[in-house]
Amino acid sequence: MLTLAIFGMLAAVLVTAATGVIVSRNPVHAAMWLVLTFATSAVLWLLLEAEFLAIILVLVYVGAVMVLFLFVVMMLDVNATVAREGFTRYAALGSVIAAIVVGELLALLWLRSSGLPITRPLAGMPDGHSNTREIGLELFGGHVFEFELAAFLLLLAIVAAIMLTHRQRPGLKYQDVSAQVKVRREDRVRLVKMAAERDE
Amino acid sequence: MNAEIAAFLGACLPEVVVGAGICVVLLAGLSGRHGRGLAYLLTLATLAASAWVVGASQPEAVVSMPGGSFVQDPLSRFLKLFVLALMAAIFVYARAYLRERRLETPEFYVLGLFALLGIFVMVSSMSFLTMYLGLEILALALYAMVALERGSAPGAEAAMKYFVLGAISSGCILYGISILYGVTGSVLFSGVAAAIEPAAVGQVAVLVGLAFVLVGIAFEFGAVPFHMWLPDVYHGAPTCVSLLVSTVPKVAAFALAFRILVDALGPVQADWQLLLTVFAVLSLVVGNLVAIVQTNIKRMLAYSTIAHVAFILLGFLAGEGGLPSALYYTVIYALMAAAAFGIVILVGGSGEADQIADFRGLNRRAPWFALMMLIVMISMVGVPPFAGFYAKWWVLWALVDAGQTWLAVVAVIFSVIGAFYYLRIVWLMYFDEGLNLPPVSAALDLRVVLSANSLLLLGLGLFPAGLLELCARALG
Repeated sequence: MLTLAIFGMLAAVLVTAATGVIVSRNPVHAAMWLVLTFATSAVLWLLLEAEFLAIILVLVYVGAVMVLFLFVVMMLDVNATVAREGFTRYAALGSVIAAIVVGELLALLWLRSSGLPITRPLAGMPDGHSNTREIGLELFGGHVFEFELAAFLLLLAIVAAIMLTHRQRPGLKYQDVSAQVKVRREDRVRLVKMAAERDE
Repeated sequence: MNAEIAAFLGACLPEVVVGAGICVVLLAGLSGRHGRGLAYLLTLATLAASAWVVGASQPEAVVSMPGGSFVQDPLSRFLKLFVLALMAAIFVYARAYLRERRLETPEFYVLGLFALLGIFVMVSSMSFLTMYLGLEILALALYAMVALERGSAPGAEAAMKYFVLGAISSGCILYGISILYGVTGSVLFSGVAAAIEPAAVGQVAVLVGLAFVLVGIAFEFGAVPFHMWLPDVYHGAPTCVSLLVSTVPKVAAFALAFRILVDALGPVQADWQLLLTVFAVLSLVVGNLVAIVQTNIKRMLAYSTIAHVAFILLGFLAGEGGLPSALYYTVIYALMAAAAFGIVILVGGSGEADQIADFRGLNRRAPWFALMMLIVMISMVGVPPFAGFYAKWWVLWALVDAGQTWLAVVAVIFSVIGAFYYLRIVWLMYFDEGLNLPPVSAALDLRVVLSANSLLLLGLGLFPAGLLELCARALG
């Protein structure tokens, strides 16, 4: 009963925060609402005994992704009024899609009673059970090959991104490190002999 | 512990070699002025090393990774050796193209090797998870390569389209996989097949998952109605990348289709055959009819790809007996497409020869390569004694054997219609005066590999049985 109450409270905060993301006029505020959304979801995951994933959600999404979001929002200087112009125009389509999603969720609830294996409740874990250990064993034990493949996928993404953005352009300013290191005193400092000036 | 590592490496040694090659080529690219040449040579060395690793293993042995998600079996070995040979030829063609245009960067070779790694992973996958990762590695490498030429607006447009549509298809296939996993509780192909074998639990959900996965497969092949990206990508990408996109990913797509449809979803064969029939017939119609009105040879080859893909799908429709013919068709198609794009690169010289009109009077400019193009085009039509004939013949034969005669009739009718646009190029090369352009010149390696590639189509047409035997043995 207590769990249900906590869940209800968190769900209310979550929905409010999510609404805040899409209705706030200022993109920075929207990003802040998104932080609250992620943090609340993380607490919901704690309720499901997924402690490790909850912490990862906070660290990765709130800590890294949202900071990146804020950087982008501030660097791009998004014009909030222009971005919001389509709100009423897309509202109809948006509500249709929302209705479909709600319908799908209801269908899923209905499917729960039709003999699929998902009707089994989640088994409670014994005390001292460590999520982190289990995930680590799966990731670096049973699925180490997939893990390495994902690593190569990331390397590929880095190579591709650098190849597409880093190129020689006329007028490009960059540091030539070896020229900086090789510079001698004579190149930079010029000793000028001049007669002492007298104040008369 | 050592035994575990040995078992692990035994099942993925070729991939480890390619992965190590990627890192080495990436570093070699940094070595200043000689970086490109060094990267090229090391790339070829990587191909040779992994070919040696694949070739040195027992041809009939099935080595599985602990957990069963990855395997070295006869099919994966056959496809890997073929892809390695094809990739070597592609790198030779691509280097000639890139050097003429001062586009050569070490990253091209790195991305090419990444694409190879993706294909290797796909052909050896025995689980949805590894298959999806391989698919993503391949796709991401191709997106970046399409945008290789930064200044080109069609290139950027093609890359954007490919990326967005690819992301959607990737989402579809992932959604399908998640449904299948939800229903069967396994990502292993064998586990999925075992779970849906009794055909009692969650049939509807299996079919929904199947439909989404099929969308991904059709996109990968470029079958109608998921073919939209193909003409634009072939057209907008640098020709050497069009060459890459049109050949080896189709081999990977064959593996994707075979492993998922036959290994994992074999129990619901009747259902996927229905959808695949629709894709195949639509591809035959759209590919052959739309190709006729093209004026750009890269777009024409794109629609020709769609028509050829229909034949590969028809091989899947002919049941168990059709699979070797589908594999044979994939191999022959990849060889034909590589040669066709190779000749487009060669004729282009330092410019572009992407209009069909650029082939006018080729016989006077380069009689030998006009003859090679003749071989490729006639082979694509499917005239004996060229390899394309036997490829079509065996697919049709398997269809008739499986009692799908009407599909064979449709395929023949549209192939005859399709003959027009291949023969038009032959006509332009030999019977059109053309402009007074200088003779075609090209590097020796390009000429040698291209000639070998085209003559192989004649050779395989004269002695077709060996390769078909290999295909049948690869599929066990």
